[in-house]
Amino acid sequence: MNINFTLFAQAMAFAIFIWFTVRFVWPPLLRAIEDRQKTIADGLAAGERGKHEMELASHRSADLVREAKQRAADIIAQAEKRATEIVDEAKAAARDEGDRILVGAKAEVEQEVFRARETLRQNVADLAVAGASKILRREVDAKAHADLLASIKAEL
Amino acid sequence: MAAGAELTPTSYMTHHLTYLTTSLGEGAFWTLHIDTLVMSVLLGIISFGFLWWVVRGATSGVPGKRQAFVELSIEFIDEQVKSTFHGDRHAFVAPAALTVFVWVLLMNTMDLLPIDIMAGFYGLLGIHNWRSVPTTDINTTFALALSVWLLMIFFNVKVKGLGGWIHELVCTPFGKNPLLWPVNILFNLVEYVSKPLSHSLRLYGNIYAGEIIFLLIGMWAATGLAGTIFGTMLGAGWAIFHILIVTLQAFIFMMLTVVYLSMAHESH
Repeated sequence: MNINFTLFAQAMAFAIFIWFTVRFVWPPLLRAIEDRQKTIADGLAAGERGKHEMELASHRSADLVREAKQRAADIIAQAEKRATEIVDEAKAAARDEGDRILVGAKAEVEQEVFRARETLRQNVADLAVAGASKILRREVDAKAHADLLASIKAEL
Repeated sequence: MAAGAELTPTSYMTHHLTYLTTSLGEGAFWTLHIDTLVMSVLLGIISFGFLWWVVRGATSGVPGKRQAFVELSIEFIDEQVKSTFHGDRHAFVAPAALTVFVWVLLMNTMDLLPIDIMAGFYGLLGIHNWRSVPTTDINTTFALALSVWLLMIFFNVKVKGLGGWIHELVCTPFGKNPLLWPVNILFNLVEYVSKPLSHSLRLYGNIYAGEIIFLLIGMWAATGLAGTIFGTMLGAGWAIFHILIVTLQAFIFMMLTVVYLSMAHESH
């Protein structure tokens, strides 16, 4: 138990080591630790936020899909309706066209018939006149009996 | 072993308990224990140099194993300080606690070095008296305890002001009544004297006793082969147990430092 100058030397060394630790060891490491703690906390918060945003996005995408489906169904329905309309219009147009062609054809046929009948009538009249003139060679004068012949022709 | 001298238990003990001294001036006071000083400063430079080296390359990203180890120690100290000291511990108290713990732990750990082998090693260097354990020198423990004591008074004055501190010395713990002043002063005097004494003597006593027991166990080697084997087993057992004491005493010394300093910061 001999107290001597060693005590002061040791106290001096102790003071220097404390100063060194306070100045150079503790603050940088504490800063590193606190920075890391902050980084980790931020990362956790960001992860949480990301999760939340993903949930929102999945809701939004589900909404979009539902809307798109709805619109697609609408478009299909519209297209079907339009197709039916087009078919109906085409049918109507075709029917009209057919009717018109039929009417035209009928008119033409009637004209043909009329003309043929006229021709036939003329021919029959000529034939009758020719026959009668042959029979009545002498008595009948074409000029004299023209009225008669015309009335016969009109009766045919 | 001391050259030429007859080897008795007393001379063996004395040999291991003699300091390498130098005299700086007239009188016994100006003696310097070179072994104590060199060992403690060396250990301090190694440990704080290591900490500094790790801290200089410290990253706030993913730490390496070395940095993780240092961080673990620092967080351990920080936890202890946080539970005792309520204030800005990062400014002084926590780093001071780290200094005390690391330094005292390493100085105590020197106790585990095998004394006779170390004596042989020092003998090769031409040194006959060299004590490896700075904390078995009462000068070291008193130096630490008195430094803490001075810090305690410094913080008392700094936090409470000189008047506040004197008021506390006079009026606590029993009361403000002038009749109680002498009792208060006496009580505080005893407290202020006992704090550094118990603080330093606890560490010194534990580590010194540990060394004495190692020496006593070492003497079994003088009784022949069976005694040597028995002594070896005893020594191993005591060394394993001593790991606990070494760490525990360093921890207690640190905790007392923190407690004293935080008491200095708080008004009663």
